[in-house]
Amino acid sequence: MANRISAGEMEYAGILAKLSLTPEEQKEAGKDLEQMLNYIDKLNELNTEDIEPMFHVFPVCNVFRNDEARPYEGGRNKILENAPEKREGRFVVPKTVE
Amino acid sequence: MHKKQCGNGVEMKQYEIVIGLEVHVELATKTKIFCSCSTQFGGEPNTHTCPVCTGMPGTLPALNKKVVEYAVAVGLATNCEITRYSRFDRKNYFYPDNSQNYQISQLYLPICKNGGIEIETAEGKKTVGIHEIHMEEDAGKLVHDEKRNCSYVDYNRSGVPLIEIVSEPDMGSADEVIAYLEKLRLIICYLGASDCKLQEGSMRADINLSVREAGVKKLGTRTEMKNLNSFRAIRRAIEGEKERQIALLEEGKKVIQETRRWDDGKGISYPMRSKEDARDYRYFPEPDLAPLVIEEEWLENIRERQPELRDEKMERYAREYDLPEYDISILTSAKKLADIFEAATALCQKPKKVSNWLMVETMRLLREREMDAEELSFSPGHLAGLIELVDGKTISGTVAKEVFEKIFDEDIEPKTYIEEKGLKTVKDESAIKEAVRRVIEENPQPVADYKGGKTKAMGFLTGQAMKAMKGKADPSAINKILLELLS
Repeated sequence: MANRISAGEMEYAGILAKLSLTPEEQKEAGKDLEQMLNYIDKLNELNTEDIEPMFHVFPVCNVFRNDEARPYEGGRNKILENAPEKREGRFVVPKTVE
Repeated sequence: MHKKQCGNGVEMKQYEIVIGLEVHVELATKTKIFCSCSTQFGGEPNTHTCPVCTGMPGTLPALNKKVVEYAVAVGLATNCEITRYSRFDRKNYFYPDNSQNYQISQLYLPICKNGGIEIETAEGKKTVGIHEIHMEEDAGKLVHDEKRNCSYVDYNRSGVPLIEIVSEPDMGSADEVIAYLEKLRLIICYLGASDCKLQEGSMRADINLSVREAGVKKLGTRTEMKNLNSFRAIRRAIEGEKERQIALLEEGKKVIQETRRWDDGKGISYPMRSKEDARDYRYFPEPDLAPLVIEEEWLENIRERQPELRDEKMERYAREYDLPEYDISILTSAKKLADIFEAATALCQKPKKVSNWLMVETMRLLREREMDAEELSFSPGHLAGLIELVDGKTISGTVAKEVFEKIFDEDIEPKTYIEEKGLKTVKDESAIKEAVRRVIEENPQPVADYKGGKTKAMGFLTGQAMKAMKGKADPSAINKILLELLS
């Protein structure tokens, strides 16, 4: 029942989520995650042997769009509107290669 | 198996390489996989984007039906089972080329699996298995600015539909890899599902390679190589990586499982390092997309629409046109070439002549113009017309080549063109006689040679007369007159 998340696992989760947490925050978040895992354990108590997994909340399939181009009416300016930094129509981000 | 001897007499072990490929192919749809933005290449940065393909919060993907149809078509053509109940999954990773922080792909239920294609190898035919084919979206493009220490992002490619074709580790040499890629490329081109250009990135291959001692069953540790955009780079990268791994094993070291980037300029590969490179994608079923059910009727419909593929075409050409095997392999090496061949032959009923024009002059001009056969744009009717003009002796072979070049470049109508340019063969015998007489006067030595029994001189004299007529004469007519005047 009682799940334990180690400091190492919390650090790894932080790396994957690109979050830098203080040791206190790590401890807090770790506790939250432990509670979530406990809840999952509770669900796991159910017998789901012959039950189809549900991948989608609506009982629908094959929702398609036809291959017809329609430019976005807002245009590039709208797309770039919220970018913290932009240059010549492109988003500017911190350098991604060393 | 024989063993090589080292310089110092120590026996060296024999190794074999095992290669599997992951091939990404950009599909030829007009629009992206999950939004209505154009997939057209080369637009100004971020002009083919919308809130969906730039990952704005609250947007929903809508699947392009054509993507599914192309993926199924490729699966059928590569003998795969089509997954009747398929869906998409989220692959989570943070990188600025991916605005959503996840890529929509397929992990658990890929659209096609368990297929394979036959390739020709030095040892005969061999089947390369296809583990699976799945659909996914392409990422945006990053350009790095060294001076300003930043990167620029263009999301025009973000959301362009891809299929990833994952082979089994069934290849054992660079030749087999290239045979497999060539075969795959032709199948997909014939289907019209992609233009499959390695140089332009619409077909990209990642190579998984490991080495093991000959006879050992267990696979060695593999590396994955990226950034291969020509057959030449692929061949060199395979040789280079094989040598590197063997050297490690010979030194008693281990091969590390990693992704490496091939630098074709330097001819070496580097491990791709990104800080905190955690290959933990935390896949989960994509909640924003409904599952995909491929019903029998739809599948049958796609099956019926499958065009004739290269192997079938080659068999049919041998049956219907009585052409040499060599001609057939060249004519079918590009869909466009085969299309022109069939259309022109239907018009003039002279398959061998059409084939010759395509194999010799067309190939020569393609090389000279540095063009791909798929870029050919002349009308088959104009080639058929040209063949009729030569056969009817309206123009000479020399003039025909000149006219063909015009057809190739500008798709001119040959009959009108030769009339406008006055290129018709001169039928007026006195004009030919006049030219031949001049040639005989101006070339006393060859004439003497001919009379002395050197029949070869005849060819030279005919050539000279042809030149004097600017190619506008029937060589047999010249020949006849030459013989007359020299006897």
